[in-house]
Amino acid sequence: MGAQKKGGARVSDDSEEQSRQRLQAILLADSFTTKFRPVTLERPKVLLPLVNVPMIDYTLAWLESAGIEEVFVFCCAHSTQIIDYLETSEWRTHPNLVVRTIESHKSISAGDALRYIYEQQTETSQIQGDFVLVSGDTVSNMPLADLIQEHRERKKRDEKAIMTMVIKKSKPSLITHQSRLGTDQLFIAVDPLTKQLLHYEEDKVDHARGSVCLDKSLMESNPSVLLYNDMQDCYIDICSPEVLSLFEDNFDYQHLRRHFVKGVLVDDIMGYKIFTHEIGSSYAARVDNFRSYDTVSKDIIQRWTYPYVPDINFGGNRPVKLGRQGIYRACDVVQSRSAVVGASTVVGYGTKIGNGDRILNSVIGNGCSIGSNVVIEGSYIWNNVTIEDGCEIRNAIVCDGVRIRAGAVLEPGVVLSFKVVVGRDFVVPAYSKVSLLQQPMKEDSDEELEYADSSSGTADRLSGLSLEMESKGSELGPDGAGYIWEVCEGAHDEEWKHSVAPIPEDKLAEITQAMDDYDDMEDESVVPTSGELKSDADSINTDVNDPCDDYGYFEKEVEGTFLRAVEEGIKVELGVLEINSLRLSYNMESADCAGAIFYSMMKLAVDTPHSSASELYKTASSIIAKWKGLLGFYVKQTDEQIEVIMKFEEMCQETAKELGPLFAQILHVLYEKDVVQEDAIMRWAEEKAGADEADKVYLQQCETFIQWLKEASEEEDEDDDEEED
Amino acid sequence: MPDVQSTVLEFVNKLRKRKIEGSQATAKCTVELLRSVISQQRVPHSNQASALIDAVKAVGEQLVAANPVELAVGNVVRRVLHIIREEDLSLATAAMAGLDLLDASDDDGEDDNCKGVGYSAMSAAVAAAAARSTLRPPSLQTLLEGTPESAAVPYTSSSGADSESKTADKSSITRKLKHDVIEGVNHLILEISGCHEQIAEQAIEHIHQNEVILTLGSSRTVLEFLCAAKEKKRAFRVFVAEGAPRYQGHLLAKELVARGLQTTVITDSAVFAMISRVNMVIIGAHAVMANGGVIGPVGVNMAALAAKKHAVPFVVLAGSHKLCPLYPHNPEVLLNELRSPSELLDFGEFSDCLDFGAGSGSPLLQVVNPTFDYVPPSLVSLFITDTGGHNPSYMYRLIADYYSADDLVM
Repeated sequence: MGAQKKGGARVSDDSEEQSRQRLQAILLADSFTTKFRPVTLERPKVLLPLVNVPMIDYTLAWLESAGIEEVFVFCCAHSTQIIDYLETSEWRTHPNLVVRTIESHKSISAGDALRYIYEQQTETSQIQGDFVLVSGDTVSNMPLADLIQEHRERKKRDEKAIMTMVIKKSKPSLITHQSRLGTDQLFIAVDPLTKQLLHYEEDKVDHARGSVCLDKSLMESNPSVLLYNDMQDCYIDICSPEVLSLFEDNFDYQHLRRHFVKGVLVDDIMGYKIFTHEIGSSYAARVDNFRSYDTVSKDIIQRWTYPYVPDINFGGNRPVKLGRQGIYRACDVVQSRSAVVGASTVVGYGTKIGNGDRILNSVIGNGCSIGSNVVIEGSYIWNNVTIEDGCEIRNAIVCDGVRIRAGAVLEPGVVLSFKVVVGRDFVVPAYSKVSLLQQPMKEDSDEELEYADSSSGTADRLSGLSLEMESKGSELGPDGAGYIWEVCEGAHDEEWKHSVAPIPEDKLAEITQAMDDYDDMEDESVVPTSGELKSDADSINTDVNDPCDDYGYFEKEVEGTFLRAVEEGIKVELGVLEINSLRLSYNMESADCAGAIFYSMMKLAVDTPHSSASELYKTASSIIAKWKGLLGFYVKQTDEQIEVIMKFEEMCQETAKELGPLFAQILHVLYEKDVVQEDAIMRWAEEKAGADEADKVYLQQCETFIQWLKEASEEEDEDDDEEED
Repeated sequence: MPDVQSTVLEFVNKLRKRKIEGSQATAKCTVELLRSVISQQRVPHSNQASALIDAVKAVGEQLVAANPVELAVGNVVRRVLHIIREEDLSLATAAMAGLDLLDASDDDGEDDNCKGVGYSAMSAAVAAAAARSTLRPPSLQTLLEGTPESAAVPYTSSSGADSESKTADKSSITRKLKHDVIEGVNHLILEISGCHEQIAEQAIEHIHQNEVILTLGSSRTVLEFLCAAKEKKRAFRVFVAEGAPRYQGHLLAKELVARGLQTTVITDSAVFAMISRVNMVIIGAHAVMANGGVIGPVGVNMAALAAKKHAVPFVVLAGSHKLCPLYPHNPEVLLNELRSPSELLDFGEFSDCLDFGAGSGSPLLQVVNPTFDYVPPSLVSLFITDTGGHNPSYMYRLIADYYSADDLVM
């Protein structure tokens, strides 16, 4: 009894102690990735403006209002810049939130950072209990107090529950298997009752097959498992102090998710557990790449992050006024009357907008000056940027101090780093990244730290570079300044995935196409030159889902196959095989095939150099003679034969007018070679008899031929003939 | 006693993060904060009133900037400024009356304070009236009083003048001004916290037996008003429009049922269908503008239009702290705030519509979630404030009693 009482008393003491504990957070002010390069070579990611406010301000404002009392900002790359910023910002004197900075230059990953904090911890013991682990690029408005309480209570019941992970529902794109934040589709398995995380998979998913591999033991040990593929990891974790020591014990843990979470899930010796918490109405997202920069910016403009929106002063920002259609405009903006500022746009303080400008879906920073007739769409223009007359900027990020000279064009996905100058009328190609700094020779995550050593070093480097550039001439036109970074080979294909620009239509079509091809391969296991044909198809840039365009595609492919067959002298049987497989993959009728093949044949005839109509006639008839087997394979029915004649007629009218005068002669050849039967011609003639005069041109041309045919049949069948006359 | 500056910062922070909501709560916090600002403010020997005014204005500006939509903050700041000016004026007139007496007793005419000469010619009452005319816009009443126009005495010089009078009085006057002001502010606090009862007392005159009352959203004033009628044994029914998207009407319905009222919850869109059965619409205001227009929860304008169509009285309840001396036509006045779309839509369900990675990249789905609605004065039948019932056209006059013209622009 006594012992029990004691225990009870101790528990209540504990809970009191815990409720007295200061709520603490560790904020990693370094992403430990290179996704924001080259911008992050000069400024740390957490200080990059997101809708004109440094990202770290969103995170700190949210932590403060969620009741966190003390934040440890872990600075690594460009630590001096971050510390200077925090010193001058209002966070230094904030009544409710103490911001402390931890500086380390040796850390190259989140794991290193937490190990460093753990080492410090043994000396100073700053972190007293559970803490919130976030990165400095998190934008959220979720309440934390209840979640922390929940975590603590769970921890009290179960010693092994060391972490609570925040997830949010967000459907990934069906085509690209990518979340709206540009990260890979995430698969997680959760126990529906306890919300314990059982499986976490983001990279090793075979999208083409649509399958995920789960451990068999998962099913054995859990009566029910909920699998999600529409969850987004918010990278907000409530951690117990054990997490730090786990990092210390496992010195190879680098990445929070890839190593730590998976490590904990796999490890049964320690038996630690991770739990999930799904947030409903609140918002949480992390700016991980340029795509999420775009998405989160738009979410902020659309006010999902309320009250952290541009028209509310939430942490040292100057609020701008919200007008109709979601246009946020600072009070001192000078805007020409002829300029159009469209919906969902933010324009910062002291910015001038010239005559005839068109600005849509964009964020313009403070102190920018924009010349006349400039088009800015879906772009992020930071502070003090000068854009001269007639520029076109689409889906680009333009950093501080950039100068874009008259007539220059930025194609989608371009990133211009600080103080780059784009020359007059220069076109910056899509997805290119431009910086005054030269690209480091090899991809190495240490590099960023090297640049971060001291600001003076960077300045020296910069001045050296500019000298060098003068002698060498710029890559951005004669009066420009900056290097276009090479994209390393492997990453080039992925560039469109993570850029600010929306994924281009043809890229989406290509992915859909690839998926369809994959399905076809599954179905038939015939691989007819699909690689070659696909590249052909890409260049036409049409939408595959549209049936009309589908036929266009098909026709092109048939033509390609036919030409190749002619060039390489492929046998008729093989040609039939190839065209058959095309027919199946495009789900076409054999009449379509007949039309397409005939079209290809005639096109070949027309394309073959010829001087006179008779020469053309000769080529055409020889081609028909040679390939009648191929055509004959598809024209067994009268309907199909009519289709060929119609196609021929259509060609004569539209694409190959040269063939027009030869219509009757070639029709005769077709008849001779048994490609088209008498019945087909007669029926065609009957169908056409009721048509407009304009359509009858070819019918009249062949009148004698048809007459002859009729007479021929008269001889055969006199009885019918009498009635007809 | 905590440092005033830090409490100001804390309150500013709360306002910014929209952590404090409802005009009564905000008004109360603001006035209490201003009281501590005044009590901590050191007053110089000359111009004490202007020193206090400056201090209150400085804090007031911060508070208003922190949440410009919460008009109650600005109202309360202006009320406090008005109290300071009034108290200063009454002290000045009292001092002048004293001077007059002094003049009368000193038959020698030994009149060495030069500034006093001008005043001594005037009676204290005239001086007070003159000073009041500088505080208030000219109205029929002040015109009829027929005060001499010449006596346009600026209030600051009056306090400056009396500071140059007898040095012995000085400290006592200083203390007295501050004391009186704090007294006045306390009075204001009582008024704000007691406004529900004041308004509810009038309920019995407006709600009659077997009537049907429609209300929208949730307002504490409305709740008290209805309950007061219920306590007086009036039997009536209440229709509550739920007030989407925040559904505060649900909370109100819960409270009403707990107090034993017959309650029906309807959707906002059913208001027009139900209005023909309704005898009176009673709404709690967020703010009342100087033209008699009302800022209320979103959906109120629709209810007002429905009431107009069916000639149902549209009654607005507003405590005096909700009376705003500004006009809604002023573009500087921010009347509305757009809140998060998550109140309307589930983010997870609509996340595929918000994928900017495909298509043109421009957001095709826009969600607008305004907090407030504006009801023009022509749609309002009656205002019930803690001083009684008023017409919309009378609001500007009522407001002129509460605020000084000098404070309208802060």
